[in-house]
Amino acid sequence: METRNIMIVGVGGQGTLLTSRILGGITVEAGYDVKLSEVHGMAQRGGSVVTFVRYGKEVAEPIVEEGCADVLIAFERLEALRYAHFLKEGGALIVNDWRIDPITVVTGAAAYPENIIEKLSEKYKVYSINAMEEAAKLGNVKAFNVIVLGLAAKHMDFEKDMWLKVIENTVPPKTIEINKKAFLTGYEN
Amino acid sequence: MAEKKIMLGNEAIARGAYEAGVKVSAAYPGTPSTEISENIVKYPEIYAEWSPNEKVAMEVAIGASISGVRAMASMKHVGVNVASDPLYTISYGGVNGGLVLVAADDPGLYSSQNEQDTRCVARAAIVPVLEPSDSAEAKEFMKFAFELSEDYDTPVILRTTTRLSHSQGVVELNDRVVPEDKAYERNPAKFVMMPGNAKGRHVYVEERMNRLMEDGCNFAINRAEYRDTSIGFITSGIPYQYVREACPNASVLKLGMVHPLPKKLIEEFASKVDKLYIFEELEPVIEEQVRSWGIEAVGKEIFTRQGEYSANLLRKVLLNENPQKEAAEQVPARPPILCPGCPHRSVFSVLNKLKIHAAGDIGCYTLGAVAPLSVIDTTVCMGASISTLHGMEKAKGKDYIKNWVAVIGDSTFMHTGVNSLMNMVYNQGTGTVMILDNSTTGMTGHQDNAATGKTLMGETVPAINIYHLCKSMGINHVIEVNAFDLKELERVIKEETQRDEVSVIITKSPCVLLKGNVFPNVCRPIPEKCKKCGACLRPGCPALTKNADGTISIDETMCNGCGLCKNLCMFDAIDCVPRN
Repeated sequence: METRNIMIVGVGGQGTLLTSRILGGITVEAGYDVKLSEVHGMAQRGGSVVTFVRYGKEVAEPIVEEGCADVLIAFERLEALRYAHFLKEGGALIVNDWRIDPITVVTGAAAYPENIIEKLSEKYKVYSINAMEEAAKLGNVKAFNVIVLGLAAKHMDFEKDMWLKVIENTVPPKTIEINKKAFLTGYEN
Repeated sequence: MAEKKIMLGNEAIARGAYEAGVKVSAAYPGTPSTEISENIVKYPEIYAEWSPNEKVAMEVAIGASISGVRAMASMKHVGVNVASDPLYTISYGGVNGGLVLVAADDPGLYSSQNEQDTRCVARAAIVPVLEPSDSAEAKEFMKFAFELSEDYDTPVILRTTTRLSHSQGVVELNDRVVPEDKAYERNPAKFVMMPGNAKGRHVYVEERMNRLMEDGCNFAINRAEYRDTSIGFITSGIPYQYVREACPNASVLKLGMVHPLPKKLIEEFASKVDKLYIFEELEPVIEEQVRSWGIEAVGKEIFTRQGEYSANLLRKVLLNENPQKEAAEQVPARPPILCPGCPHRSVFSVLNKLKIHAAGDIGCYTLGAVAPLSVIDTTVCMGASISTLHGMEKAKGKDYIKNWVAVIGDSTFMHTGVNSLMNMVYNQGTGTVMILDNSTTGMTGHQDNAATGKTLMGETVPAINIYHLCKSMGINHVIEVNAFDLKELERVIKEETQRDEVSVIITKSPCVLLKGNVFPNVCRPIPEKCKKCGACLRPGCPALTKNADGTISIDETMCNGCGLCKNLCMFDAIDCVPRN
């Protein structure tokens, strides 16, 4: 199998770490070699953050490069736009239909682009969901990222049951049920 | 079968230290090195501490080594500058128990003030350097580093980079093997580095490095991989992975020890490949030495000295390929910012209002340099705020700094700021120093320091009191203020900056992300009272957005209820209410 390239992008503080832990967990569970790369430190403070996950028979570099991503998971619209060119031809772009203004927009130095999802759909295979709204319906807004992961999971190589098992083994015991529900919300969307 | 685990590079380094039988670890936090100590402390067999700075950490490790156990210090690249004084000299003295310095470089400047290359420091300090390429190697190289240290009587640097430290890969776990403590015998010729003794040791150091250069040709970590010999790469660390990715058929000489270089092995490899490339991030350390031996190679004339490398770099430069089909969109930047509820924002909003310049320092508060706060004028290195302000005064006179302050955090003050404050007092400066005390080392993710009353290993200890520390220097005006009390802050800053003597303002309020912090309140706009003046938006809190009609919205999932926006509103159009 050729190495598969997954990217998770979002805004520092959105909790990309849990998603990448579940992703890392499932690749090992499935018996693949895996490398992940993430951002710590200064850039985490409300900045644009990127996590790379690569799995396959034998993985060399830990990053996903421009034009190489099979799946791009974006927790925020502007971040989807920022990193869309990392997708390879035919790659899947999963977008949480949600807006967080960067400071440059708050101060009026820049404008938040309009119609991002429509624009992206012209060039890429886009799958979008308002995961915040869906998570609120489940009773826990924080579960939004697992909903997005559920939507992305359909474009990866693992069975539903394996996902649920890895989620069970990864998230805090108290949140297993809500996270499983969140995953299925995205998966069955 | 041995247990396998996905580990962060830094976690693997910690595991390597554990398996190597390390007994003492000292460090000062700094991205990308911090998680090394945070993982070491999970092994109760190792004594681990946060030292106030990297020099102290290095010296603690040196002491432990001299006493006969395996010891290590870890720090970011610029921390090595602080630790370089003991490092350069212990290179002469050598070790008793194995001694390893883990230095984390930051190509690409993810969280640093420069892009320096620790291999240059190692050449100057005459110390061997190992460089792993993934988590599995990081663990194994740590163990080899300690063997090398003891076999060749030398401190060893294990160099990592942000990409390695913050990547995860599969690691096979082994048991901890603790070598017997080395006996301690008094040996001034080795450990008292006065001129007569150091002269003798310098002879040894040169002989040692020559021996390593020879023996390195047979180290398993220096490995020639022969494939297609029309192209050959000499590379190491993370760049090795990019070569494997972009040019899987090329021959590679993978160097695990990047200083000193295994000359014969390199000569042999160079003779067997038609075209030789040297692929190393940052400085041409390997390249310049290889060329000095008369070997033809291509390096920095086509590969940049700046930033991180990638497989795409090789594809573009060497193979004339580019997998990227779509251009990147021009989108608004999303730079890092202070968190909602951050006490620094409150302090900076006052400095901004009073149009006061700040000599800054290293920490979250460096973010006060960017719009809309735009308060910090200078950032050089840890502790520099106070001393640079002092320098300005001595150059331009005391009136010149009446609208200046030095801004420094509690951890940075304990690191080296305290020395600069002593200097200001001693040399009769009149500067105003603001210590933003948020009870933690914030930017690196909440590490304790001597002023917090907690150690890395979780013990509760007496906290060094910053107020009394300043008072003990004979500073008459040391004032503590709540960081969110805007009126009092304004009054105190106005008063203290006008004094003809040193004053210290300690602004107190814990970091908003500190564990155990609870936020019972949220701020809520009252649109009918809003005069659309924008005063609340001025400090740039990310929880606030301006609506199309000029009123504001507050994202309650982000708001921590600090009340800064409410206090800035002159029309009572923001309320601070209990969270639902």
